[in-house]
Amino acid sequence: MTLWQGSLIILGMFAVTFGVRFVLFARADKVVMPAFIEKALKFVPVAVLTAIITPMILMPNKHVDFSSSNPWLLGALAAFVVGIWRQQQLLTILVGVLVFFAAKYGFSL
Amino acid sequence: MNTMQHMRRGAVASIPMIIGGIPFGLLFGSLASSYGLSPWFAVAMSAFVFAGSAQFVALGLIALHAPFWVIVSTTFIVNLRHLLYAADLVRFVKHLPMPMRIIMGFGLIDETYAAVRPMYEVGAADEKNGHKVYLGSFLSFYVMWNVTTILGVLSGELIPSMSEWGLEFAMVATFIGIITPYLKYKAFWLCLLSAGASSIILSGLPNNLGLLVSAVIGVVMGYVVDSTNKTISDSDENMQEVSK
Repeated sequence: MTLWQGSLIILGMFAVTFGVRFVLFARADKVVMPAFIEKALKFVPVAVLTAIITPMILMPNKHVDFSSSNPWLLGALAAFVVGIWRQQQLLTILVGVLVFFAAKYGFSL
Repeated sequence: MNTMQHMRRGAVASIPMIIGGIPFGLLFGSLASSYGLSPWFAVAMSAFVFAGSAQFVALGLIALHAPFWVIVSTTFIVNLRHLLYAADLVRFVKHLPMPMRIIMGFGLIDETYAAVRPMYEVGAADEKNGHKVYLGSFLSFYVMWNVTTILGVLSGELIPSMSEWGLEFAMVATFIGIITPYLKYKAFWLCLLSAGASSIILSGLPNNLGLLVSAVIGVVMGYVVDSTNKTISDSDENMQEVSK
């Protein structure tokens, strides 16, 4: 990759990323959201984040792996249970990561 | 409270997700060097694009020598979710001057949305100070992301196997930490289950289209269940619960 190609890629990625994030803010004083959109928007974080992580958790090697030898599944389940139970973000993240690495490296020793 | 104190509140609310983001930034930098890309390329991408998951997807495409338009259009689709965050935040930024809205737009990431949005709901952020809280969150993530990218590039050259450690699990755990507080109502569970199942079924679609379609399915499912079930239709209660 040349310097020119690299710069072009970064410029293009910046343009679409910033464009998506800013376009509604740019017209924020004029945009009026219909009530049903407002109501649907509260589901966005759960829907988007779930759609990003579920394939990472269940298909770490491109095919569905529901077994207990899948560290992604074990770590995610642990984080999920702690998250539901305690509602503490830091604890959720730490327990999930610990279980993941224990499953990935501990069990294989 | 002065500006610094409001910014500090935003940064403090972001700490758990900043910790979750550190391994992810290290991984991004080390992956870039394991693909043989110039250190400056990874550093510049984190500084100008500032979009974790899209940067990962782009690295994968660059490694496959994908054409320019595929890289840019995939970035667009992966980040399209931020349009939905922006739509939700419009009411809180409409009175702000344009330069402030530009900065807030540049910094609109999952984590800052997840940290600041519930604060508006409980009154910890409002019309007068919300943008300061937001800036505190954005800047702390921005510094973390760029510093860890640089460290990742440097350590990736020293420890080539770092990209295989599974550091990206930190992102999975962080996102689970964002999701679980919502799961107090049936509608959010159905949103989660439908988006998750769809993302597996549609994982074969090109250019990450499965992600976008699954997210839309999840939102529609949640909305439909919410509308048909009176007991949870008082939407604002959900968000208040989330921020506790």
